[in-house]
Order: sequence, then structure tokens, then C-alpha cells
Amino acid sequence: MTKLFLCCAFLCTFCTLTIAQDCNYTFTGKVTDFHDNSSIIGASLHIENSNKYTATDTSGNFKFENLCEGKYSVEIKHVACDTKRITINIVKNSYKEIYLEHHLNELNEVIVKTNTKTEKTSVEQVLKKDIIDNFTDKSIGDALNTLSGVSSLNTGNTIVKPMIHGLHSSRLLIINNNVRMFDQEWGDEHAPNIDINASNRITVVKGANTLKFGSDAIGGLILIKPKKYAIKDSIFGSTITSFNTNGLGGNINSEIVKTYASGFFGKFQLNYKQLGDFNTPNYNLTNTGLKNSNASFTTGYNSYQKGFTFFYSYVDNEIGILQSSHIGNVNDLVNAINNKEPSVKEKFSYAIDVPKQKIVHHLAKLEAYKRFKGLGKLSVQYDFQINRRQEFDLRRGDRKNTPVIDLRLFTNSLQTDLEIDAFSDFKIHTGALIRYQQNNAISGTGTSPLIPDFDKYDAGIYVVANYNLNDTSELSAGIRYDFSKIDARKSYAVSEWQETYNYDELFPEFETGNIEGTTIFTNPNFVFHNTSASLGYSKVFENNMSLFVNYGLASRIPNPSELFSSGLHHSAARIETGLLNLDKEIANKFIVSLEKNNEHFGFTISPYFKSIQGFIQLIPVGITTTIRGAFPVWEYQQTNAQIFGVDIDVNKKVTEKISYQGTISLLKGTNLKEHTPLIHMPSTNFNNSITYRNVALKQLTIRLENRTVLQQNQYPDYNFNTFNAIQQKDVFVDISTTPPGYSLFNFSSSAVFKPFKKGDLKLEFNIDNLLNVSYRENLNRLRYFADELGRNFNIKLKINY
Amino acid sequence: MNTLNTNALKTIKLIALFFIATLTITSCSDDDYDHDHDHEEELITTVTYTLANGNDVVTLKFTDLTGESTDDATYEVSGPLMANTTYTGVLKLENETESPAEDITEEIKAEDDEHEFFYASSVTGLSINKTDTDGNGNPVGIETSLTTGAAGSGSITIILKHEPSKPNGGTSANAGGSTDLEVTFTISVQ
Repeated sequence: MTKLFLCCAFLCTFCTLTIAQDCNYTFTGKVTDFHDNSSIIGASLHIENSNKYTATDTSGNFKFENLCEGKYSVEIKHVACDTKRITINIVKNSYKEIYLEHHLNELNEVIVKTNTKTEKTSVEQVLKKDIIDNFTDKSIGDALNTLSGVSSLNTGNTIVKPMIHGLHSSRLLIINNNVRMFDQEWGDEHAPNIDINASNRITVVKGANTLKFGSDAIGGLILIKPKKYAIKDSIFGSTITSFNTNGLGGNINSEIVKTYASGFFGKFQLNYKQLGDFNTPNYNLTNTGLKNSNASFTTGYNSYQKGFTFFYSYVDNEIGILQSSHIGNVNDLVNAINNKEPSVKEKFSYAIDVPKQKIVHHLAKLEAYKRFKGLGKLSVQYDFQINRRQEFDLRRGDRKNTPVIDLRLFTNSLQTDLEIDAFSDFKIHTGALIRYQQNNAISGTGTSPLIPDFDKYDAGIYVVANYNLNDTSELSAGIRYDFSKIDARKSYAVSEWQETYNYDELFPEFETGNIEGTTIFTNPNFVFHNTSASLGYSKVFENNMSLFVNYGLASRIPNPSELFSSGLHHSAARIETGLLNLDKEIANKFIVSLEKNNEHFGFTISPYFKSIQGFIQLIPVGITTTIRGAFPVWEYQQTNAQIFGVDIDVNKKVTEKISYQGTISLLKGTNLKEHTPLIHMPSTNFNNSITYRNVALKQLTIRLENRTVLQQNQYPDYNFNTFNAIQQKDVFVDISTTPPGYSLFNFSSSAVFKPFKKGDLKLEFNIDNLLNVSYRENLNRLRYFADELGRNFNIKLKINY
Repeated sequence: MNTLNTNALKTIKLIALFFIATLTITSCSDDDYDHDHDHEEELITTVTYTLANGNDVVTLKFTDLTGESTDDATYEVSGPLMANTTYTGVLKLENETESPAEDITEEIKAEDDEHEFFYASSVTGLSINKTDTDGNGNPVGIETSLTTGAAGSGSITIILKHEPSKPNGGTSANAGGSTDLEVTFTISVQ
């Protein structure tokens, strides 16, 4: 019965086909590029299950003749495009325009080998995954420190704050997964809350191509990017574990990725790190351990025309701070400096006691994009961050477990970006952003909050255009406008408000009329308008040489700590005061970069100059005596500053297996009002390394590196005398003299084995500070109290599966 | 294809909705917000050093209610000390911004192994000995014995260290820790 039915059905179909005998229809059309509507020449078309083939002509047109009525499946192929199949129903002569999608590369990172710059005119440096993996049990600041022109401001050895050309904190934009980090980055001892293991590529933009992300990148931009996965059915993962003898601890990180041919993908990553007290060559650094738990999750869908990504990351840090650095007044500081060694040196322990920081950071984002024919790509992103920072200090009685600082910063923003790439030699990026931020000084600390409650509203709009002048040169220009409003609630001592700072005359509009005893309640309110601009030029010469020239105008509004902070800073033995009458900083920056890159020899020479008007710096302005004794008062004040310097990178292949790499960074910062050097500027430093690599022999790599940091002789002299009641005389407080230079050797080695069918195993053995040198670093805020770390042996094991 | 199109649009709409929702939620939570925040709880506002020899009682009293600069602080010394005399000294620390005033000496007694007072004087012949000890037998310095020598004048400085190393050889310079209190009185011995 079934057979009969099938037979009939077949016959009928046959009939219809034979009835429509008229086989002289034509099917014509045009194949065009989806992205810029240009004709695609030489695309081949094939009607499946037939011998009809054709190809497009110079105008992208094609023609099939002598087609019968019916349904056809046509396959369209072109070298640089995704193969496409369409079905067409022929009942008369037909015409159809067919779009091919051109950029397979963009979805498939594996293919991208050539130009990976964020923008062609950008002056930037990159850390790739293999370098990032070396720092799996360190911080993002440590990894960035290996780049020329990038240094760090440290608090101990676990709180590492990146610096570009001597500038840090809110002068650097850190973009994590296309989300601008807001993690109370204003504080000197606040390191970025980023899990280095969740990133695949870190780009440092030193030049001016930063407008897409904000107007205030005076120092530069750090761009942390995840990996883009190939669109295919696959599942893979990796695990890294490491162990360090200094700190007796390590790190374990695992990630697993699932991708589908349909374009969907998902990734889950987990990381745990724990270390105990570190040691210098001569003593233990009591209470310097840390505990870190991080997790991240990404899922999304990618295709050429549209896609979305959801990303969430959780970072939980508990960091001990050297116990001996918790001091009281200036006499304690003098004692600490004179004693040369920390006062507390106990046996090794994993315990994290006070002082310590506990920080939790949540970051989530949802991003979607769609490409429009003949226009470009529109992306919309919503992101959301919560940063909870708790700092615990030495306290009396039952307040021991209560933080002295407890701040919660909530940030969320909505942004759009339109990338217009329809023109062959002209590309435009434009977009807008709105952001709302709320700081909540959580009550219950039993102290007046360092940063008060505030609401902040931002809106921004930008346009950046890139223009191909010719085959070898490109021009880019951009402009951005930002609006910001800060609405804060803070109480002041009446005497400070009226007498010390004269705010009652400067800002009568901030007074709420509410005065209780010696406290006045105020409502500081600020509105800022920021304009920023960039101009870039790049030219490629013969011999693999290229030149980049950038100019940028950036402006930054004072951050909450510069405006509002007030109070005693333990470990610095100083009182820090923000000022309401600070204005924004405006910077003009110039950077040139000459780069050569070929297989055997490459270099980058990159001189730069920055002139910053209204540069906000924290400097000592006087001494005050409290019941705890004498303290210098440091105030945020504005000056005009200029910074110039040069970064040089060289790499040379000596033989097939041996290569040399060197970097040098020179910098000079000047306070133009006081005619003194700027405080906290990195000194001249250079890195030289020799690497032996034998690919045939288990990819054996052996590397010896030397890092030399010269003494900083350009520093402002803020030394002072203070009266010591016990000694009944003035004592000299030397807080400015910089420690001597130092030279360290590091050794690293690795090999890759293939013990499994699939995947591989990488084994690493490294020694940091090979010669166990005792030294202090000028840019470590705890340099008055203790030496830097001694020798460390490190073992790492990475398994890819 | 079309369904995916609408999916992308839906996602964009969802994002927008998300943002508006958060804005609304956060702006609703404002009431928690304009409240008076914490004041400094851990202040020491008042230091009273009472020296007694029978009916001869001399008090040295420091008061600074703001906790900030001592420009507005008061130093009251009730009278001169007698030469060649031994006084029994008792120290009392208070926070008078609380009501009733908080006795901080009690807190320190409870953690006497983590605290130590140090005394220093520029008056020739004047010495101060700590007469109390903590659980480990190390000096604390809430109770003292002050002995004067010949007549003269000068100062007495009282320092409180939190988490000093104990024992420490008796001088604050070697003790480390953080200074919670450092006040200096001008006195005379007759």
C-alpha cells in the first residue's frame, strides 16, 4: 500500500515537472558584498544536483539560462566569503540580488594574524595569552609591568596598581570586556579588581585612540579582551596550577569552553589563589598573605549579521597588609624608617589579620549587535558593577571585626556604538553613553566615612573617523563630549567649613541649613562639561617600518577622593584632605612611535610629551597635632605639570634558537608651578633578556632576564622636622629620599609534552630574584617599612584538553 | 533568519528595559540615604592623670572634644608637684562625645596585653614607674608611681601604643605598634 502511494506521488511529481516543459527561463542576478554593497567579482554559482555552473562578471552579475520551472538550490562561493545556499522558485524569468558576508576573520580569531591593533593609527602594546599565563598567580599590574612605559604603584607586593607614563588611578581607563571598570580606582592602595586569568589579551593604549571609552584617559587605556571562539562544534578547556616557595602557596585556574557550529558558545572559568606571609631575603613579612576566589561565565551567539554576549564575573579578594605598616603618628614613622626592619617579624602564617582589605566586585554585561546592509554594525550594551570595599584596621575592643572603611559603589551604564564600514576607505565609529553611579558609605563602621554618599550621572557622545589616505597611510580624528553631575552628602566640622577652607563663602549653596553641634551637613553639587579630541596618523614604509603620530586632548573631572576625602591614613602617618574647589584636569598629549617589525629584527621607539593643566596631586602642606600626636597634612592641590619621556623596545633573533629582547623607559615629570619634579614618577629602568627556544625539542624554552631600576634622583623634597616629646628635640622626617637602584635576575624555563591523545601539558620552572637581592622600590608605598621580596621558586603546570 | 532578527531586537529592548528598571529601583532606595552617617566612635577626648600623695592630689587633664587638631584642646594642671615626693598615679581615658562618657581605660584593661603606656619627662630627677602588669607579666602603665627629685619645671609626655612588641626595653621608640595617644603637659616641681 505504502509502496503504491509513494509510486503515485513520484509519478505525480514527474507529471508536474514534465507538464511545465517550458525550459527557457533565465535566472539573472548580482552578487554583492553585504558590508559595503560592492559587487563581488568571480563568485562561482552552482545549481545543485545539476551541471549548471556560472561565475559573476566584473560588475558582479551572473546569468543562468534554459531553466525549467521549479525549485532550485543554488550554491554561491567566493574565496573570502562564507559559502551561501539559497533556494529559488522559478516560474518566470527571475532576478535576484545575493549578499555575501565578507568577514569570516572577525568571527574566527584563529585566522587573524596580521594587523590586530584596536585602530590602525593607535600607539599601543599587547600582552598575549602566553605571557598572561606566566602571571597566573600574580596580578594584572605585575603582568603590565613588563611593558616599556608601564610601571606600577604598589602597596606591599600584592596590591599592584598599574601606571602608564607615571600616571595612575583615575587617569587610566581600564576596560574589562568592553566595560569600563569602576572599582573605587581613585585610591593609591586600590588595585584593579580583575582576575588576570579571565583575560586573553591585554592591550595598553599609550596614544590618543581612546575616545570610544571616555574623555579622561590622560595616562592611557588598558583594554582587557576575552577570546573569540571559532564557530564550530567543539569542547575544550585548560587547567593551570602553580606553587611558589615564597608565600608557600599558589593558584589553580580551570576553564571550559563549549562552542557550536550554530554560533552559540559558552565558557566557564574558576580560579582560586592563596598565599601566606611572603619573605624578604632576611625576614618574614608578617600579615602579607592573600586569598582570592574568582569566577566568570560567558555565553552568547555569534554570526556575521548579529549576535549577543552575556558576561558575568565575580572577584573576591582578601589581602593582608604588612602589620608593621600600621602606625600612628609621625614619630612612629620616624622610628620605622630608622629601624630599617619591620617591628613585627613573626613566623610564617597563612592567617590574614588586620590591617587588611576585603573587596568583592561583581561585573555583568549584556551586549547585542546587528549588522545593517550597506551601513555597518550597531552594538548596544548594558553593564552593571557592584564594588564593595572593606578595610580593616587595628581597633580596640569589640570593634576589631568592624571595618573602618566600608563603601559600596554601584555603577550601571547603557551604551551604543555604531561602526560604519560601508565605505572602502572611510570608517566611522560613533556612539553614546549614559551612566548612573551611586556610592553608599555603609553605616556601622563607627568612623566618619572617607568617601561620602554620592550620586553621579554621566552622559557622553563621540565620533571617531578613520580615513585611508592611500595604501600605506591612514588618518584618524575623533571628538567626544561628556556631561557629568555629582550630587554628594557630606558633613563637615563647622570650624573646617567656615574657617579652614572658607567654604561658607565659596559654596554657600551647598549648605543645607542643618547644623548639629559642631557638625554642618552639606550637599556638594557639581556639574562638569568635558570635551576631548584625538588626531592620529599612521604610515607604513618599506622594510617593515611604520610611523605613528598621535595627538590627544583629554580632560578629567576630580574624583570623589580628591574632592571629599578627609581623615587619617594609617601606614602613611598623614592626614589626607580633599578640596571642593578643585577644577578638572586638561591634558594635551603627543606621542610618536617608529616601529620596525620583521622576522629577525624589530624595534619600537616611542617618545611622548604630556602637558597637564590643573594636575591634581596630593602633597604635604603643613603639620597638625591631634591627641594621637603630630601628623603632616597632605592636601589635593592643583598645579601645571609636564611629563616627557621615551619608551624603547628592541628584539633581535641572534640565531634560529636564540633571541634577545630589551626595553628601556625614560621619563621626566615636572611641576611647573613649583619648578620641582613631580612626586611618584617611575625612574629609568631597563629589561634585557635572552631566550633559547627549541621547537623540535618539546618546545623547550629557557630565559634569563635582568631588570635594572636606577635610583630616582628627580624627586620633590617634602622632608620636614617634627618635635619629639620624648627626646625633647626636633627630629628629621625623611619621607622623600628615594631608595637606591637595584638589579634583579629572573630565570624561567618551560617545556610542552603530549602525554594524551588530545591536548598537551606544559611544565614550567621559574626563579624570581635569582640572586636573592635585598632592595626597596620607590614606588612601593610600604618602602619605609620593609624590603621587597626575596628569592622565589615557582612551578607551573598547564594542561590543555 | 527573521526569528533571529527579532531575537537581536528583543535583546536590545531587554537591555533598555533592564537599565530603566535598575534606575527606578536605585532611585527608589534613596530613603536609606540622607541619614546622618557614623560619627567617630573610637575617639579619646579626655586624658586625666591623677597623682596622689595622701591629701596632696594633683591632676593633669587634657580635653579635645573635636578629635581633630589640638589647637582647640585644653590642658589643665591643677597645681605644682612637691619636690622629693612619691605619688601614686592613675590614668583615665574617656570619650566624652558619648553620653554618658565612655571609659576607655576599661577597654584597655581588657586588652592590656595589646597595649602599653609610656611616660617621659624633661624634669630632672623626675621618674615614673609602671606598677601594673598584664597577664604575661609585662608592664601596662595605667597605674604608676611618680617620684620627684629637686624643684624644677618641664614636661610630662604620656604615650599609648596599640600592639607594641612586649617586652620592649621600656622605650616607645623600640616598641613599634601604633600610637593612639600622645599628650604633653607642662608641669613644675616645687
